[in-house]
Amino acid sequence: MSAYCGQYHDELIANATYIGTPGKGILAADESTGTIGKRLASINVENVEENRRALRELLFCTPGALQYLSGAILFEETLYQKTANGKPFVEVLKEGGVLPGIKVDKGTIELAGTNGETTTQGHDDLGKRCKKYYEAGARFAKWRAVLKIGPNEPSQLSINANADGLARYAIICQENGLVPIVEPEILVDGPHDIKKCADVTERVLAACYKALNDHHVLLEGTLLKPNMVTPGSESAKVAPEVVAEHTVRALQRTVPPAVPAIVFLSGGQSEEEATLNLNAMNKLKGKKPWSLSFSFGRALQQSTLKAWAGKEGNIDKARTAFLARCKANSEATLGTYKGDAAGGEGVSESLHVKDYKY
Amino acid sequence: MSAYCGQFHDELIANAAYIGTPGKGILAADESTGTIGKRLASINVENVEENRRDLRELLFCTPGALQYLSGVILFEETLYQKTVDGKLFVEVLKEGGVLPGIKVDKGTVELAGTNGETTTQGHDDLGKRCKKYYEAGARFAKWRAVLKISPNEPSQLSIDANANGLARYAIICQENGLVPIVEPEILVDGPHDIAKCAEVTERVLAACYKALNDHHVLLEGSLLKPNMVTPGSESKKVAPEVVAEYTVRALQRTVPAAVPAIVFLSGGQSEEEATLNLNAMNKLQGKKPWSLSFSFGRALQQSTLKAWAGKVENVEKARTAFLTRCKANSEATLGTYKGDAAGGEGVSESLHVKDYKY
Repeated sequence: MSAYCGQYHDELIANATYIGTPGKGILAADESTGTIGKRLASINVENVEENRRALRELLFCTPGALQYLSGAILFEETLYQKTANGKPFVEVLKEGGVLPGIKVDKGTIELAGTNGETTTQGHDDLGKRCKKYYEAGARFAKWRAVLKIGPNEPSQLSINANADGLARYAIICQENGLVPIVEPEILVDGPHDIKKCADVTERVLAACYKALNDHHVLLEGTLLKPNMVTPGSESAKVAPEVVAEHTVRALQRTVPPAVPAIVFLSGGQSEEEATLNLNAMNKLKGKKPWSLSFSFGRALQQSTLKAWAGKEGNIDKARTAFLARCKANSEATLGTYKGDAAGGEGVSESLHVKDYKY
Repeated sequence: MSAYCGQFHDELIANAAYIGTPGKGILAADESTGTIGKRLASINVENVEENRRDLRELLFCTPGALQYLSGVILFEETLYQKTVDGKLFVEVLKEGGVLPGIKVDKGTVELAGTNGETTTQGHDDLGKRCKKYYEAGARFAKWRAVLKISPNEPSQLSIDANANGLARYAIICQENGLVPIVEPEILVDGPHDIAKCAEVTERVLAACYKALNDHHVLLEGSLLKPNMVTPGSESKKVAPEVVAEYTVRALQRTVPAAVPAIVFLSGGQSEEEATLNLNAMNKLQGKKPWSLSFSFGRALQQSTLKAWAGKVENVEKARTAFLTRCKANSEATLGTYKGDAAGGEGVSESLHVKDYKY
């Protein structure tokens, strides 16, 4: 067997293709309880279930927002939560034409003998968990591998372990009806230039696609969530066109055309930066046999969170901010963004946190 | 460094792109002295240098043929030969807009511990040889790796050794200004079905592209020469549309968009079969970010050889046959071939020789 061809074959391909619909992208709302706690703390909101629920309702029930989304990644708790009126979030999303996704990894752990490099865990009973999530309405999954750039990093061990871990996760998802998002994030931290980032990104992506082939993953039923190719956080910024050129070239050199869509992570970029970079990629001429879209967390929610500040009286204002970012990124997937959403508070604020832990 | 970026960077990209010009393809006229001997023997012609020279002059000086070719692969002897009027063949080709290429491998040797599997040799002093060939006018090179399908083949050793050998050859070529054609031929011999051929082809191509990435090969300055995906020689034939579907899918799953062109080998296919299959691929709807063309040896020369039979008075007749096949394959790269070149003698004759040795 060259690639997965079991009972979910056609459905996986259809769902992966749908997620890549031009004009749409993914809202990454899968912050773990610990991570969402940090976000809530930054706006002086207590980290209790009701507040976590209220935030997600604010986002998912923003009138007019869901048309710009093809998927929303959820944390396990959220998969089973409901609106204040008692409607399950997965129903809200499905009715809005948005596929629910689920974060299935269990965080990173250090690789012994390396300089703080990590691999990602979560394979144990992953099949059973995927089956359960599928029954609850999830149709795609996400697993985040993390690599870093340093004088001796990423090491061959780190590349191999993370690529193999991603491939193993991916085939288990497909066996259970979930489209796997393959996310090999290379952290932006460091003084390196954009060429170094391109170099490492190409090496990591090549290893990922070799591993996916080894594990018989059906590429047409997967998605890729890579970092954009940018200078390191301690290096001078470059224009969106330069990010676009280096990023698209890296993808042309490593991502087979069978992959339907590439949904970028935003890393530490500000909301506006992420949108401008994505827009530049979609304006770039050249071979792009996969759609280029977004899977943004912070870069879709930052100004929304600030506007909300946990107060019910701010919901309208917060929803306006969220809708503006969704629409901006939708336009960016079409290469038609004009920069008119740059007005909100916090929109140009860097979201970079050194050595960010989700 | 992610990929080769030395002095020949831009030239490699330009030449590789030129070879993939729609409407053009490659004539593989690089039969070794031993192999061309078999061809000449089949038409009762003595295997002496003058006859080998005559055959190549017959081909290269066919009026109107060179417009359909972007490259011709030569054996070393031919690189230094001239027309009867004293003009170097490389000059004839260059004036006709055809890039001269050179076969640089030194044949296959068996891999100990396998069931007759082989690897390809020729790396020793390859850089020096490439430099010499470049000076003589060559602008691309070819290296043939051979794999086979059976219950336990291809073995992992065979895949790894051949992929690595191809990658090492490829970077050495680029360092010396020659665009490397990467040829991992999976022999058609066997009773297997088309799905099995697809599986093996995908596995082999994935290994090749991983190795090319490991060796820092500039994909934009390389070409791929794969087998089409077909049933085994002992299995029932299928329609060209089926060959096209399986072949293009295999390539979508493994060949990065950065590769400018894929130039198929014809293996044991008859002239007409090879043309119809190529035509079907170019008519197929779907993602094809590389041009799909030909690098045919037997499938361009068979009826020409038969018509020539080594006699000077047959040269015109032979040239008519050759021009016909060139034009037919040119149309096949555009998906416009109507099947009207099927008339010549030998055109539908299978060229399959079991376990063919070049």
